[in-house]
Amino acid sequence: MRPDIVRVLQPIVIIAVSLVVVWLLLGGTQQFMNFLTLGAIYALIALGYTMVYGIIELINFAHGDLFMFGAFVAMWILTVPLGMTGAVDNPLQLTVILVVVMLPTMIVMGLLGTFIERFAYRPLRHAPRLAPLITAIGVSFILQNVIYSVFGPSPVNVPQVFPLTRFEFLGGRVSFLSLFMVAIAVFLMVLLQLFVGRTRLGRAMRSTAQDREAAELMGVDINQTIAITFFIAAALAGAGGTIQGLYFGSVQFNLGFFVGLKAFTAAVLGGIGNTTGAALGGFVIAFIEVFATQLGYSRWSEVAVFTVLILVLVFRPSGILGQQLGERA
Amino acid sequence: MTASAGAAGTRPQGFRGMRDRAGTLAASHRSITIIVGWIIVATALPLLMLVPPFSTFQTQSLWIDGFTNAGVFILLALGLNVVVGFAGLLDLGYAAFYAIGAYTYAFAASPTVPWISLHVPFWPMLLVGAAVAAMFGLLLGAPTLRLRGDYLAIVTLGFGEIVPAVFLNADKVTNGTNGIGGVYKPDLFGYQFTLGNPVPYYIAMVAIIAIVMILVYRLQDSRLGRAWMAVREDELAAASNGVNTVTTKLLAFALGASTAGLAGVFTASKLTFVSPDQFSFAVSFTILAMVVLGGMGNVWGVAVGAFLLYTIQSVLLKQLNPFFHTLNVPFLKDIDFVQYQFLLYGLALVLMMLLRPEGLFPSSRRRRELHTEVDEYVGDELGPDPSSSPMEQS
Repeated sequence: MRPDIVRVLQPIVIIAVSLVVVWLLLGGTQQFMNFLTLGAIYALIALGYTMVYGIIELINFAHGDLFMFGAFVAMWILTVPLGMTGAVDNPLQLTVILVVVMLPTMIVMGLLGTFIERFAYRPLRHAPRLAPLITAIGVSFILQNVIYSVFGPSPVNVPQVFPLTRFEFLGGRVSFLSLFMVAIAVFLMVLLQLFVGRTRLGRAMRSTAQDREAAELMGVDINQTIAITFFIAAALAGAGGTIQGLYFGSVQFNLGFFVGLKAFTAAVLGGIGNTTGAALGGFVIAFIEVFATQLGYSRWSEVAVFTVLILVLVFRPSGILGQQLGERA
Repeated sequence: MTASAGAAGTRPQGFRGMRDRAGTLAASHRSITIIVGWIIVATALPLLMLVPPFSTFQTQSLWIDGFTNAGVFILLALGLNVVVGFAGLLDLGYAAFYAIGAYTYAFAASPTVPWISLHVPFWPMLLVGAAVAAMFGLLLGAPTLRLRGDYLAIVTLGFGEIVPAVFLNADKVTNGTNGIGGVYKPDLFGYQFTLGNPVPYYIAMVAIIAIVMILVYRLQDSRLGRAWMAVREDELAAASNGVNTVTTKLLAFALGASTAGLAGVFTASKLTFVSPDQFSFAVSFTILAMVVLGGMGNVWGVAVGAFLLYTIQSVLLKQLNPFFHTLNVPFLKDIDFVQYQFLLYGLALVLMMLLRPEGLFPSSRRRRELHTEVDEYVGDELGPDPSSSPMEQS
């Protein structure tokens, strides 16, 4: 076979085989779809962590709360301007609604992310490491409590615009909703890969991540590049939030904390700074969580995820796909 | 690695000179200064609460009870200051060690523990609780302190979530969400502490804080304390000067954890009740805010920060609403300030980091460090933190 065919086929075969293994381990389609949707959400958030860390070496603690904020923005757009209450059966209408919800959510979140970067992180770019980390925690609490004071402490229902029709697939029932959500997430991830790998701005991002000074000497506008990175990261979190709201049917102000922590674990697991790794990590974490539930240990699933985090950091801090960085990682 | 540079330089005149001489004197007899200082503060505070603006808020005995609770947070802030302020390690799961201390005492001194029934006296348990918490600090720190700082933050955040989750889920051992009640109160030479009288708790708390403070001060100026600061400011340089960075950081972690253990034992005996929801991330966050606002690295600053923040959150925020109601201020009277507590903390943290990163009461050394301008020519690589160079290796 020609080498480039192997290069294309190899990942497809690996993905297909591992999906089948996961399907078997999870005992069928029902849990498998849960795993896919959850994995898509984690992957979208983990991408944001990994991009921000890759470019300015900051763990953006507020990222999980950006996701939560996005979920609330999507919920608000669905309820107030669109006035949705129940399911929409017309597929065309449904698509329009989804676009009208998701695109503005992503743009609003992107702008919010850029705003946070501009005013909370940029002034501290040369400060000791502790300073931006503490700022990020502060931002996280601000976002959480802004939502708390507007929407209150209890979960808020998200209108279920998707009809509950399901179809039989390999002995389980699959809803169109989850298929659609996974498709959107995969589409966004592919788009991101193309953007980072093939465009001028993507190249600027990669070079900034590699060596900021050298990139600047080569004419890259560092501030603009970092701002764009934050925009994309937050927009992806917004997309994740929209999916979360539509899939689980309700959103709560403290949603971002745990999901953010799990997504961060995913980013570390995949190798922080590596976008493919983050997506992979998201699905691995989702698998651990769903598998724990499957075995009847749902209460312990969070403990399991953090144990994985600590074990990965101890034994392979560079993650599955990251390079070996030794002690400094 | 010079110690405090305050005594060096030309001798200033007048008031400054007197203040400096008093400072030098206090520095050379620090333990006595701390004890005298605490006796003055501890007697003055309850007396001050009899005077009108304060006495209108609540009764003196409620104030004393509140000060004792504030004391728990002063202890926690002193401990976290060793980790964050001295050694520069960001610990986001500090409440976990507080929980471990509290549950240690609850297991040893409550009749309602499902699997055991002991009554170990309070005072030795203070030390046992501190030791158990320190042990967990070592267990968590040993594998993770080799990692760079921001990874440590995440690991501790995870640990801070795991510990209450374990206490919550292992309900055969801990009663789960109901917690362990009926924890025995302390007694001293036959004198039984009671819920009705807050004064003995207050005195015990003041004594514990004074002891911890003396220890922390002595540690700060010891060989270990100087090693902590060296590691914080430049880990690479510290390592090449023969400081064993892993052991140094590990000791900071364990000592910080032991203080949280002390605070946990005290809280368990005072509330006579422990449950997992007392140790949420919000607690870790509050303690961190206290340390940052008070001034990382400055022992008195951190203590004052903890005291002020606790008093503001437990007394003033609750009083603001009735206050604005009586004045009938149109907009402010409808705001529930207690609800905005964490929003305010978050804002305070961000503004503090942007405008005054050294805190309200800074240590001079920390201030110099945080205001070091990065040399344009050498760029990031020789900046204030050795690990802040961009990802050139990846």
